[in-house]
Formats: sequence, structure tokens, C-alpha cells
Amino acid sequence: MPSVISIENVCKSYRLGTIGRGTLREDLQSWWHRLRGRPDPNLRLDQAHLPVEGHTLWALQNVSLDVEQGEVLGVIGRNGAGKSTLLKILSRVTAPSSGRIRVKGRVASLLEVGTGFHPELTGRENVFLNGAILGMTKAEVTRKFDEIVAFSEIEDFIDTPVKRYSSGMYVRLAFAVAAHLDPEILVVDEVLAVGDAAFQKKCVGKMGAVAKGGRTVLFVSHNMQAVSQITTRAVVLDRGTVAFQGLPAEAIAHYMTQSRGTGGGPGEYVAPPKPAAPAYVERARVVTAGPGNVHFWGQPLAIELDVRVREPQSNLCLGIQIVDDMDRPIIYTWLYNQVCAPGLHRFECALPKLRLYMGGYSLNLWLADWRGNAQLENVRNVCSFEVDMHAHPREYAFRAGECSYLEDFTWAPPKPLA
Amino acid sequence: MATPAEAQSWDLVIEPPKGWFRLHLRDLWRYRDLMGLFVRRDFVAVYKQTILGPLWHVIQPLLTTLMFTVVFGRIAGLPTDGVPQFAFYMAGTTVWGYFANCLTRTSNTFIANAGIFGKVYFPRMVVPVSVVMSQLIAFAVQFAFFLAVYGFFRFRGAPVQPNWAIGLLPLLLLLMAGLGLGFGILVSSLTTKYRDLQVLVGFGVQLWMYATPVIYPLSTMPEKYRWLIAANPMSAIVETFRYGFFGTGTFSWTYLGYSAGFTLALLLLGMAVFNRVERTFMDTV
Repeated sequence: MPSVISIENVCKSYRLGTIGRGTLREDLQSWWHRLRGRPDPNLRLDQAHLPVEGHTLWALQNVSLDVEQGEVLGVIGRNGAGKSTLLKILSRVTAPSSGRIRVKGRVASLLEVGTGFHPELTGRENVFLNGAILGMTKAEVTRKFDEIVAFSEIEDFIDTPVKRYSSGMYVRLAFAVAAHLDPEILVVDEVLAVGDAAFQKKCVGKMGAVAKGGRTVLFVSHNMQAVSQITTRAVVLDRGTVAFQGLPAEAIAHYMTQSRGTGGGPGEYVAPPKPAAPAYVERARVVTAGPGNVHFWGQPLAIELDVRVREPQSNLCLGIQIVDDMDRPIIYTWLYNQVCAPGLHRFECALPKLRLYMGGYSLNLWLADWRGNAQLENVRNVCSFEVDMHAHPREYAFRAGECSYLEDFTWAPPKPLA
Repeated sequence: MATPAEAQSWDLVIEPPKGWFRLHLRDLWRYRDLMGLFVRRDFVAVYKQTILGPLWHVIQPLLTTLMFTVVFGRIAGLPTDGVPQFAFYMAGTTVWGYFANCLTRTSNTFIANAGIFGKVYFPRMVVPVSVVMSQLIAFAVQFAFFLAVYGFFRFRGAPVQPNWAIGLLPLLLLLMAGLGLGFGILVSSLTTKYRDLQVLVGFGVQLWMYATPVIYPLSTMPEKYRWLIAANPMSAIVETFRYGFFGTGTFSWTYLGYSAGFTLALLLLGMAVFNRVERTFMDTV
């Protein structure tokens, strides 16, 4: 198969330090001080010792990749691995710092559906507007209009302003427009998280149909299930480089083992310094019942989060998700509306009888400001631990994958009924 | 190495930003439908759920004109070259309004559209150009109103005499659109880094109005300082407009030529900076 996307040595750097500033006065001041050989008064103190190169963050480093026609390529990697940057460059939202990408055919990106929807306009008007923003001509939209409306299942409300829509209707209409772009290359980023189950199924079906029609799909996701289900090949990005490419199952395995090794020992997560974050998880740890991050079924397990607070928080919320090897969520626990002064705070969550089935697990952590409705942080796949069932012998050995969660149970002795 | 035949088969090459004058005019043409829809959106969406709707296009300049007539005409007693004060100020606000709206509404292109620019690619120039076009519709409404007022005064026998310079109106509109767009996109490019300018634009435009013969005729300026006002590219445009409709005021090909040259230079500069910024502004905004 001929390749339709050829990515050659693409690098993308972001300058740190210059982003936080932004008044002309400060820039002139820095320039004037540099001119006289004085130290820059606007330089952050923690960066003063770094060379100029130290102000550069390499989001992508020499990424080379070929995507063949008809392929459904999954792109996976931790937060900050460069997935979004790669997609942004591919969809021409931002330009690479060096390197070259060559593309055959029209690229349409679904970085977020509903881009440019105007609340005051009707569904019909928004279909045309959104279609044009995504690169369709008026004639194309007119031709596909009925199909789009049918796909979105909101025929009755198409002449109602979209501000009156429920969020589900809004998303369905938005996705319907995007799904009918008919590009040669479709770039999809996590849109499967929207809509109800039936609609998600429809979307996955649509992506499959796009691929079967000889077109190419680039699918970026944290959802390993979706990646293994849809893609034909997957690439693992790690700190801006291609760490692995191959079959989806192998890529997922690579990704999961790689994310296990994050900072600190296994079972522990230590964050890199985050000078700009108002609040972040500095350290996280699972305290397992057994040594070496091995947990025994039914025993107590504790999760410790050390949260560094820089700006006073009045509605800090924490969420912890325990996910299995396939990134499937099993347990969720949360704490809402915490008032925290600046400083380091330890939060401890105790799970007195954790009955996870044997296998490997890790944590996804969320930090949010409830009042401000803002996600402060989302750390994925950290603090991995194993669950062992050896302490609970049964007649025959436990096998992996029998279930995810093993509840306490008792069986009544058989009673003769007749 | 790729052979020439192979190289030709790629539809799109994404590379780091190079050069200042890749204006993508063909791209702009390809997205003309989007431009039309943006114009429609700007015009339609603003007046949904308002009682008076597009009437606001008339009410705003009407009230401004009334206020100018009272403050500058009656209280301050500024001369208007013998033209009825109401018609004089209305001509000024109608013309100036188009330019000022073009400038202020394009000057926040990047900041106001960061959300959408961060998601999809289309030639960014589509947005400011569509603003200039939707403002042209607003101008048409106001201009029709001005013509009604103008007709009324002529009917009443006011000493206003139209002349050939009325034919320059399309050129004046083009110049104002160019000036407004040029300044607007220049400012919007710079505000991606320096937010100060955003604050400056609002009252800067107001100050600029007083440096333009909007509320006074150029002829009242002492000969010695006239060049100062004429150095302002908007002066000749406003004066020519009034000259065409009222037959009073100053008309000079030199001043108008200067405005045209200024507009062209500014527009080229603005487009160069805009095109440079649009490739990477998502990283700094």
C-alpha cells in the first residue's frame, strides 16, 4: 500500500518562560537590561541558572512515521508524550519547528467536534457553518444534508437554535457533520467519549466504514479498549519520540509497561517539578497489603496523595480511578470540596477490603477545581500494583481474566426441593 | 531522495514557517463559502433575541450624531462650512463608523477565535475579511439612512451641492476597508503576545477620531497645522466624502493619493505579520 502520510524528522519546540510574560513593557525591560549586560529582571529565578537551551521544551523530537493508505493507526502515549502536538501539526493548527510532513489527500481532524457552532443559529445554519469551517463547500453540505440530519437523529429540531439543544443532541449533530466530511485522511482525538453507548457504537462503525473505503484513520486515545478494537497498527509516543510501533496489542503492552515505570519506585509516582500549576499531585503511593507492591485480595489498601497547593483552593476535588491492564476502569473514589491553603497536603484514601481480582492495576488521578469547573491535573497510569490471590487457595488455581472484581460470597448448602 | 514525479503526487507539505509573503490567496478563494457564512453569522446572530434587530445599525449613528450636534454644534459652536450641522455630523459618523468598526472588530481576530483556530485549519484571513464585509452591510444600512437625511436637507433647500467626487465613494470604501483591516490584523497579530494593545485599541480609535476631521472641517485648521491632520490617512477620506456630497471642504489628489499609498503599505505589512503569526500563534496565545 502506498503511504499517504510521510512524517520526516519532525520536531516541535516550545519556548518556556516567554509564554508566561506578555506585556510589552516587560519585554522592553528585558531587552534593555540585556543590552547593558545586566541580568534579565523578568527571568524566573528557578530558571536563571539554565542555559538558553534550557528554556526550550521539545514536545516532538525527530519523529518519523509513515502511514499507509487504508490503515487505522492508533497513537498512544502518556500525557505530554506529544500526541496532541503531532495531531495539531498534522491538522495545521500549529507549524512544526523543523522537519517536514507530506500528505496525500484531504485531511480532516476531529480534534473537537462542534467547532464554531454558534448558539444563536439553528441546527440547519450550524450544519452549513460547521461544514464550511471543516473545509466543505456549500454544495457538498447541501448534497449530504439529509444524510447528516438522519445520522444525528434530530430531524425534528433542525430549525431550532442549538442553544436549546441538550448536550447530547448538540454533540450528535456536531459529530454527524464531521463524520460526513469524507476526507481521505481522518484524524480523531478521543471523540468516542461523547454520546450514549448506542451513539458511540454508531461512531465506531462509521470509523470502520471510513477505513474500509480505502481511507486512512489516525486515532489518538487513552482508551486502550477502543485502540485494540479499532486500529490495525499502533504507535507509542514517549517524551516526544516514537518509542514503539507495531501491532496494537504489542503497542498497548509496551505502553502499559512503560507507564508502570514512571518516577519513583513501582507503586509510587513522583511528579516532575511543575512551576506553573496552581495545585498538583507531587507524590502518590499505593500502600499494599504485601511487600513489593503486591496486594492480597480482600486486604486493606491505602492510597496516599501528596498535593502541592500554590494558590489557595476552596473547592479542590480529587478523583482516583483504579484501572486494569487494559486500561479498563474498575473502581472510582473521590473527595469533593476541600479547602486547602498553599503548602503540601497529604490525602489518604483507605479501601478496607479491596477485592480486585488477580492481575496488574494502576491509578488514574484527577485534580479539579469544582467551583471554577476546571481540571487542574490528570495523571494516568501511575502507581501500578499487582493483586495476588495466593492467600485464598481454592480447589483449582485462579486464572487471569476470569473477572475483574471478586465479591465476597457464600453459597447456601443445597436443599432438596422435591 | 524523492524523484520529481513522486514529489508532485503529494497534496500538502507541512513545513516550518518560512518567508513573509505566502499569502495563500488561492486558499482564501477556496474558502469563500465559509467567508459568506461568517458574514451571515455576524449579521444574523447579533440581532437574534433583540427587539429592534438591525434597526440598531441606524440608532447608534443617529444618537451619536444627535449628541455631536448638541455638544459640538450648539454648545461648542464649531463651524461646519455652512452645511446643516446634523447632516455634517451624520456624514462624519457614517464614514468614520465604518472604518472604526473594521479596525476594532478585526483587532481581536486571534484572541477571540483562539478556540476555533486551535481546533481546525482554514486560512485565518477568512475571519478578518469576513468582518470587513459584514461591516460593509452595516455601512450600507447607515448610508441609506444618511441619504434620507441628506435628501431631506436638500429638499428643504440647504446649501449642499453634490458633485463628481461622489463617484469616488467605492474607492473611499476600499481605502477605509484596507486601512481598518490593515491596522486590525496588525494589532491582532501583536496582541497574541502583547495584550496591552487590546486595551489601547478601544480608546486609541476614539482619540484618532478627534485627530480626523469628523466633527470639524479641515478648513478650520490653521494653514500651519493642516499638514498634521493631513498626515492622518483617514483625513482625506472623510474630507473627500463630504466634498462629494456637500460641495464644501477640501479635496486634494495629493492627500488622497497619500492615503492610498499609506493603505497599501499598511495592508502589505499587516498581511505579512498576520501570515507569520497565524502559523504559530497557538503556541503563544
